Amino acid sequence: MATAIDQLRADLLAQVHAAVSTAALEEVRVSALGRKGAITEQMKTLGQLPPDERRAAGQAFNALKDEVAAALETRKAGLESAELEARLAQERIDVTLPARPQPEGRLHPLMQTWDELVSIFGEMGFVIAEGPDIEDDWHNFTALNIPEEHPARQEMDTFYLQEHDGHRPVLRTHTSPVQIRTMLSQKPPIRIIVPGRTFRSDHDATHSPMFHQVEGLVIDEATHMGHLKGTLIEFCRAFFGIDDLPVRFRNSHFPFTEPSAEVDIGCSRKGGGLTIGAGDDWLEILGSGMVHPKVLEYCGIDSTKYQGWAFGMGIERIAMLKYGIPDLRTMYDSDLRWLRHYGFMPLDVPSMLGGLAR
Amino acid sequence: MKFTLGWLKEHLETEASLEQITEKLTMLGLEVDSVHNPAEALAPFRVAYVIEAKQHPNADRLRVCRVQTADGEIQVVCGAPNARTGMKAVFAPEGSYVPGTGITLKATEIRGEASSGMLVSERELELSDDHDGIIDLSASDPAVGTPFAKVMGLDDPIIEIGLTPNRGDCAGIRGIARDLAAAGLGVLKPAPYSQSVPGSFVSPIGVRLEAGDACPMFVGRYIRGVKNGPSPAWLQRRLKAIGLRPISALVDITNYFTMDRARPLHVFDADKVHGDIHVRFSKPGETLEALDGRTYAADDTMCMIADEKLGEAFGGIMGGEPSGCSDETVNVFVESAWFDPVRTAATGRKLGIHSDARYRFERGVDPQSLMSGAEAAAQMIVELCGGEASEPVIAGAEPNWKRSFGFRPERVAQLTGVSVGKAEVRQTLEALGFTWSEGGHGIAVAPPSWRPDVHGEADLVEEVIRVHGYDAIPVTPLPRLSSLPQPAMTEQQARRPRARRALASRGLLEAVTFSFLPKAQAAKFGGGENKLTVANPISEDLNQMRPSILPNLLDAAVRNRNFGQRSGGLFEVGPQYRDPSAGGQDLMASGIRWGQTGPRHWAEAPRTVDAFDAKADALAALEAAGAPVANAQVAAEAPGWYHPGQSGSIRLGKVVLATFGALHPAILRDYDIDAAAVGFECFLDNIPVPRAKGGKSRSLLKVEPLLPVERDFAFLVAADVSADALARAARQADKTMITEVSVFDVYTGKGVPEGQKSLAVSVTYQPRGATLTDEQIEALGAKVVAAVAKATGGVLRG
Repeated sequence: MATAIDQLRADLLAQVHAAVSTAALEEVRVSALGRKGAITEQMKTLGQLPPDERRAAGQAFNALKDEVAAALETRKAGLESAELEARLAQERIDVTLPARPQPEGRLHPLMQTWDELVSIFGEMGFVIAEGPDIEDDWHNFTALNIPEEHPARQEMDTFYLQEHDGHRPVLRTHTSPVQIRTMLSQKPPIRIIVPGRTFRSDHDATHSPMFHQVEGLVIDEATHMGHLKGTLIEFCRAFFGIDDLPVRFRNSHFPFTEPSAEVDIGCSRKGGGLTIGAGDDWLEILGSGMVHPKVLEYCGIDSTKYQGWAFGMGIERIAMLKYGIPDLRTMYDSDLRWLRHYGFMPLDVPSMLGGLAR
Repeated sequence: MKFTLGWLKEHLETEASLEQITEKLTMLGLEVDSVHNPAEALAPFRVAYVIEAKQHPNADRLRVCRVQTADGEIQVVCGAPNARTGMKAVFAPEGSYVPGTGITLKATEIRGEASSGMLVSERELELSDDHDGIIDLSASDPAVGTPFAKVMGLDDPIIEIGLTPNRGDCAGIRGIARDLAAAGLGVLKPAPYSQSVPGSFVSPIGVRLEAGDACPMFVGRYIRGVKNGPSPAWLQRRLKAIGLRPISALVDITNYFTMDRARPLHVFDADKVHGDIHVRFSKPGETLEALDGRTYAADDTMCMIADEKLGEAFGGIMGGEPSGCSDETVNVFVESAWFDPVRTAATGRKLGIHSDARYRFERGVDPQSLMSGAEAAAQMIVELCGGEASEPVIAGAEPNWKRSFGFRPERVAQLTGVSVGKAEVRQTLEALGFTWSEGGHGIAVAPPSWRPDVHGEADLVEEVIRVHGYDAIPVTPLPRLSSLPQPAMTEQQARRPRARRALASRGLLEAVTFSFLPKAQAAKFGGGENKLTVANPISEDLNQMRPSILPNLLDAAVRNRNFGQRSGGLFEVGPQYRDPSAGGQDLMASGIRWGQTGPRHWAEAPRTVDAFDAKADALAALEAAGAPVANAQVAAEAPGWYHPGQSGSIRLGKVVLATFGALHPAILRDYDIDAAAVGFECFLDNIPVPRAKGGKSRSLLKVEPLLPVERDFAFLVAADVSADALARAARQADKTMITEVSVFDVYTGKGVPEGQKSLAVSVTYQPRGATLTDEQIEALGAKVVAAVAKATGGVLRG
């Protein structure tokens, strides 16, 4: 009996080792331990043995059964691992292939700058005001103390639409008419900024027939030029991201402000390029001044009680300076290559807290 | 406005440096545009003495010169015929750049003789065209080593300022000097040429004013027996330095006072004037050959200085050739008049003449300067040209310029934040020529005759603060209105950035295009009416206000395709124009896509863009801008620039929120685009404003604990039944249980009868409270089929 068991053990273990796949191994398991397997069949014969042999033989078969089961388990683990290895090797991909394309939109640097302006001045308590691009003479000129005979009112500078119902509409030459509309419809205190489209009859490397301005207006009983200085210095330094940016105010003349000031920022032109910041030179970036008493009176605001200031600057100009865009005309070309290069990601929302620009 | 430092110092006694002066000018509002010192380019060139000039041993035309220079004796080979022993010449040392030849000098050897540096001619220094020989300074005999610029009086820096239109007084150097003196940079000297010239006879030419306010006053002076010719060197040098060409003494004198005093003058050749001077309006068709050699035609609005026969000069603008002075002129009539600024500007504009006289008259010439101007001219004419002056001819009277207004010095501090003491305020204004008087009613200030721009308190504040200095204005933060900032935008204003960011995140690039386009293009997009036509366009391509943004974007697509961008997408959020009224402008979010949906890719093939790309863009922009897109309806109606069968509109009731679709093939043909192109236009202003009630709280989310059940249905419907109508019908079949209906297949072809299509929808049932039984599911299905059949005539596909 012992010899037969040994023989069976040797056979079965040989079969276990010979199995080359988990499927073949399963066949070996069935042929050894299954209901009709070799060990099972052999154990069925135990009953025919004399009782004294039966016990010993039973123990021997059980030991064999355990041994074969253990060998199967071991072999199975080995085969599975080899098969996984093979599968993994077969599933290898070229991870250097490009990922699936995602649409990549960009925001125009001019409009991003618009958002930056809103975010800075919004922090200072300014709210946006808007008005129409097509204006009348009164809002665009007269109420701003620009007399009939002023050169700006001549056709060489200003676009007019064809006469219609006795009116000759004007394409606003600045965002200042929105000052007038606001002062006519609101009572002081007023604190607004007006970003928007403006039009002048000029087309060359540094002038576009359409461009954008942002206007600021503060009217109350106490705001003076010191506040103008404080506000614009803070703005310039925040916008350009230069804490010690020199800002200079100097006298100038505009019909709608008195006293008037032009504002320069520090720059350097050494080496042919233009760098914003402390340097040996100045760059004019905006015009400003105390709102002319006549403008207040045109709007029905008592100029003996209320006062304030206004400023205006070109959005293209400051965007070009900040982002190093060399040519104004490219702003309106809608060239996809330019927009991808100078544009901003849609999730880059300018904010004073989260950062204006990166 | 250009002047030289030396000329300025004729009026200003000052120790200030050039830098201090230019800095102060800019801060005073007289912005310095440029400073040019001609001496800089001439710095290397100094006076030298030719110790000996002997014949070159190997060249007939050359001389070998021993030259005594500031740096010792140097040998120079010179080809000039006038090089001679004992002369004073101008030496350019080795290493200097000679502007007339463009060469930097190097030591060399000429025909065997060493030569270092160069003796230069006027042409080589770009002073004249004279190249007959080297400069010979022997006559004035300056010391060896003296800078040549100094010898020539060219060491006078030229300053150019950009004058604001209110400062006509600073169109004369004396006005600039007055400003600087008031600002503490020196003392204003008495004006030169301010003596009175006695008149010894009555002028044979009289003056009659017949043009009313256009010329209210005219002072004339007849000077007989003058000798015209070139003006003296100092006068020529000054005029040349500021870019004026010396012509003759008489003309140069008038130009001199134009610049020096902002006092334009004119000198007629009296022998060419017929009878008296008549200042009258021009006659239509009247022509005049002006001093610039061109003939101009007048209308009936111009102020003409005429004699009894002809127009002789455009008053305040330019004199005429026929009565101009020449070298033969013997008797002259000097004009010192005042012309109305507005009319002068209009006339100048109509004639297209930009003259120094017009520049000053349109800014306002000092109405008190007529007599003094005539006197100064007479004085200088008699001094330089000889002759004898008549008694002045005075016609008319000064225009009324005198005015006075109340002034509270404390307004300076109120408007500027700078406290300037009353004494300083008064001193500043008086230094600028204002008259200060104090009485029982307070302070009154009267501006001087040369300041027509000053009309009230605010103007006086500006005068005080610009002289006191803008640097003194304090830097004061704007007080906060609230401890935390409030939103800067209203809900409507916020639509713009929201729509922009939504569209960019869908892969579109943001464009900014002009508000105008060619009229013919506008007509194809629902516009082109005359009321939106630009009357004075910069070009015919920009002559109409845009009725839609799409044509501009299509134009951009064409340009981009020409650069090889065969596919792409652009959007713009901006205005389009319906009519010229204040409300005739709509804020749009519009965009286009053309070509393929993306680049070719190894894993995913791109497809051609279609109307549904545009629809998705429109919906994204609307949703970001706050439109209730879930409640919106889509109708197959769109304007004519879209493909009639592949376009639609998104509406809320009758309000159109957006249109979208494939662009009409005829439009694409016009633009020469041979690719698919789709577009959308969202009317952001049409989005209803959400009611402000109830704050920001959302409705409570009810999550059903039971799993939803999905069932698919395929219906056969007529080809023109819209998917939206079918889905809507299915949705309405049971408003409680059916929570979602989505169209997942549209099929025509084998198995579907001609004129019909198969639409497959997936319907979601949400059990409430208890799981659905098979019978309930069955019953819901029957309701869906019935509802679809009723609404669309569709039958369940077997």
